[in-house]
Amino acid sequence: MHALTISLRMLRRDWRAGELRVLMIAVMIAVASVVAVDAFTDRVRLALESQANELLGGDLVVVSSEPVSAAYRDEARAQGLAVADAVSFPSMALANGYSQLGEIKAVSDAYPLRGRLFTAPRLFEFGTPATGVPAPGTVWVEPRLFNELRVAVGDDIALGNIRLTIAAVLTREPGRAGDVFTIGPRILMNIADLERTGLIQPASRVRYRVLVAGEHRAVARYRVFSDKQLGPGERLEGVEDARPEVRTALERARRFLGLAALVSVVLAGVAVATSARRYVARHLDNCAIMRCVGATHGTIMRIYTAQILVLGLVGSSAGCAIGYGAQMVLTDILGGLANIELPAPSLWPAVFGISTGMITLLGFALPPLLRLKQIPALRVLRRDAGDREAGNTVAYVLGVTALAVLILWQIGDLKLGIYVTLGIVTAFIVLAAVASLLVRLLRRLQPRGGVTWRFGVGGIARRAQASRLQIVACGLGILVLLLLTLVRNDLLRDWQARLPADAPNRFIINILPDQVEPVRQFFADAGQPAPQLFPMVRGRIEKINDRAVIASDYDDERAQRLVARDFNLSWTDRLQEGNKIAIGEWWGASGNGEHWLSVEEGIAKTLGIQIGDTLTYGIAGNVLTAKVVNLRSVEWDSFRVNFFVVTPPGVMEAYPATYITAFHLPRENQQFLNALVRAFPNATVIDVAEILAQVRLIVDRVTQAVRYVFLFTVIAGLLVLYAAIQSTLDERIRENAILRTLGASRRQLLKGLQLEFVVLGLLAGTVAALAATVIGYLLATRVFELGYTLNIWLWPAGLIGGMIGIGSVGYLGTRFVLNQPPLQTLRGL
Amino acid sequence: MTGAAPFANTMVAGASSSRQTTRNRFNMVASVASSIAIVRAEGLGQQVSGPAGTLDILADVSFTIARGESVAIVGASGAGKSTLLGLLAGLDTATSGKVWLNDTDLFALDEDGRAQVRGAMIGFVFQSFHLLPSLTALENVMLPLELAGRGDAESVARDVLGRVGLSARAGHYPKQLSGGEQQRVAIARAFAPGPALLCADEPTGNLDRATGAQVMDLLFDLNKELGTTLLLVTHDERLASRCGRRFELVDGRLKTP
Repeated sequence: MHALTISLRMLRRDWRAGELRVLMIAVMIAVASVVAVDAFTDRVRLALESQANELLGGDLVVVSSEPVSAAYRDEARAQGLAVADAVSFPSMALANGYSQLGEIKAVSDAYPLRGRLFTAPRLFEFGTPATGVPAPGTVWVEPRLFNELRVAVGDDIALGNIRLTIAAVLTREPGRAGDVFTIGPRILMNIADLERTGLIQPASRVRYRVLVAGEHRAVARYRVFSDKQLGPGERLEGVEDARPEVRTALERARRFLGLAALVSVVLAGVAVATSARRYVARHLDNCAIMRCVGATHGTIMRIYTAQILVLGLVGSSAGCAIGYGAQMVLTDILGGLANIELPAPSLWPAVFGISTGMITLLGFALPPLLRLKQIPALRVLRRDAGDREAGNTVAYVLGVTALAVLILWQIGDLKLGIYVTLGIVTAFIVLAAVASLLVRLLRRLQPRGGVTWRFGVGGIARRAQASRLQIVACGLGILVLLLLTLVRNDLLRDWQARLPADAPNRFIINILPDQVEPVRQFFADAGQPAPQLFPMVRGRIEKINDRAVIASDYDDERAQRLVARDFNLSWTDRLQEGNKIAIGEWWGASGNGEHWLSVEEGIAKTLGIQIGDTLTYGIAGNVLTAKVVNLRSVEWDSFRVNFFVVTPPGVMEAYPATYITAFHLPRENQQFLNALVRAFPNATVIDVAEILAQVRLIVDRVTQAVRYVFLFTVIAGLLVLYAAIQSTLDERIRENAILRTLGASRRQLLKGLQLEFVVLGLLAGTVAALAATVIGYLLATRVFELGYTLNIWLWPAGLIGGMIGIGSVGYLGTRFVLNQPPLQTLRGL
Repeated sequence: MTGAAPFANTMVAGASSSRQTTRNRFNMVASVASSIAIVRAEGLGQQVSGPAGTLDILADVSFTIARGESVAIVGASGAGKSTLLGLLAGLDTATSGKVWLNDTDLFALDEDGRAQVRGAMIGFVFQSFHLLPSLTALENVMLPLELAGRGDAESVARDVLGRVGLSARAGHYPKQLSGGEQQRVAIARAFAPGPALLCADEPTGNLDRATGAQVMDLLFDLNKELGTTLLLVTHDERLASRCGRRFELVDGRLKTP
């Protein structure tokens, strides 16, 4: 194909002449950042998940109310996954004439597949990692049971038909912290003894679990397999399903990183569009000549499209290489995060990266190139023919489509993707409008200045269209830099502030009403801060308005689970810290005795509950009916005590309640905990320190990683600035040559240039600071759901930074124009 | 008309037959009978509308140019010379009148059709050379041949470059060539596909007198040798006098001698 030969020849030469540098670098940056972030987030997600999986005991768990069919185990083994079994159910344990309802868990030898069991040889001693599981004939039990049954290690307890010997104190168990509200203490036994107990009867409440773990791709395949296999009463549990705190943290991490990559891509797109525009302007004559010697529209388009494709492939490949390299550095940063080997990055990020490169180029460079098609051959005789840039709807549609595709792809959420795309397009339009306005204002000021002012600042008004573009592009560049340096830090700080050093790491549940005061006193005596105790009543939702609530009415699996189990209800007249009213109003003290409900908005959405609905709860054989008056948002990752549903005081006091509290206890203060358990044997202390540490680790590491990933964004931002300044270079060279010929001194021209760029920087800075303020606010409140306070440094940083930055970069980038002898310049035209 | 028929077909025929005929054309052109009209203009007019109403740049221009003729279009600046050349070469369309090139109604074709006609039949030489800066001298000459899909582009281009005395400069880029050399490359590019019509717009306008003379000698020599029809726009009376015929434009109208 001849077009290809010609195209490659021209490309080679243009490359050597440096004409394609910005285009190429822009593509490389876009691809590199996408590949790095993708490959990296993928690996980190896997690493974080596998670490978080320790909390679950495996990578994936099949949970069923019936014995899990052999097919699940067979498939897991076929995929090369490790398999363990666990069966749990509540049952009475007897000893010394005492009885206690315990949470029995019978496990196979391989349990747990992730994480460790911790045991201690005696009560109130520190636990150490255990080897294996209880041997047949023995059990490991939680401290609480020792108090209830008055037993010690070495004693026997009766479970159903058999007697088992307590071999150790169970101090920690993977996934145990998740069951914060389970009723009884854990009794861990060997699955080999299970049948002999005779406790598994048709009507018993038994949970059968098959845990699997192994290589992540095999786990992913297994998830697909079992998803299809799931029958009634069966569900899959991954760590994200089990741990809302970890899930929230992971989701935010993904958003931060994805956003960073996305911004790089959009910026690279702007750089591509800007430099493609210049490229096109420089090729108008070439096109006219080719038309003259017989090239058809089609040939011209083929020649330039081939150039773009070749450029895209080369740039994307280079970007991929850089991206994979950068990803390794990122992995190093997160080295301490995962104890396990990170899975090797797959080739998908490369595929995604190259596609991103091609879409960026085609979407942003092709529209300006389409213009070349319309160049009349007459331009060879009349230079001005085809100079005017026709508004090309196709071009804009193409650009916006490319943008939308990239965003959707990166975000992976249609609704959010559309919002972001519309947001960016709106931002562009607003930026352009503000820029136009500023340029027009400048024109008004023009007649007042001296000759330098007229040439310098006048230049901005004269090249109105190019100036608008420069202001928008530079503004975008500055905007991103502002967002990155200031807003980003604010956001990350806010996120970290969610988990202060004294965030609660222990919960106490099952405190009886008459123990509330003694517990407070106990804390005070030990010099601990006063705990906040919340009443808790367990109830099951029975009706929404007049409609009976039945699990099978819901398609959503989470909804089915929620309605099938008891809710924890509470009452208060004070809105909990970290709770916000989303719809409706908080009752305050005035709600006393009113049958009102405040429902967490997430659960309201899942169960289809709306404000004004009347809910009926079954509580200990009685019925409570109340009206939903507000919906609350809750920070689930705050580690404070939170409830899905609360009422005002004076409504539920008659029902049996227990109290719950959360508090922070330094790890070394184990004595306090032991004394507490001894003083209140019925209460259960739950240790969430591990989950807390887990989430905090994610936050810290991701914060570091985000800083690094944003480097790409910074480079892309600078590239936009550079491309924008370059975009008027040719015109500037011509103008200066003519002015020099007419006798303008070098000094005059220098001052003019300086002034022009300083003013341009000021305008761009203004636009950027304005946008950064709005976007920072939107990002904080809408995307990351964090509080945001206006950073007043945005404005001085934007304005002064713009003036100095664009002023000096522009000046340095165009200074050489003045060093060229005018004749040489004019001849070259 | 029999001699012109193959060319007329060439313009509209498919790629394969066009390749066949263009290959032979370089040698054929010289032997084609010269008495047949190659360019015919009828009532040609070009108007532009400006703030002060419409302005006639060209009005009612009609003439016929026979194959192998050399014609100079002269006139003062703004008389409409370049506009006329642009219309005759199919670079622009007229507001009134028609142009036939080898019996093809130029304005009845679309832009791509005219581009094909230009590629197959017309060579151009411009005042400002208009070489592609990103291609070497040789590649510039090869360009129209390649666009026409000719497989022998390089050998033909080298041959023509040799004829204009620039074999040694084949690998140089336009920037590395003097004005005279650039114009010689442009001439080589114009003649390489063996056009039936050569349009030259002030070809010596950017050159000094001596270089200009050399370039014109080359242009006339090749024209004679290959039997091409020459259409020359110029200020230069001496240059005009070397042509067989002379059209003078005054305010967009053809001055009858």
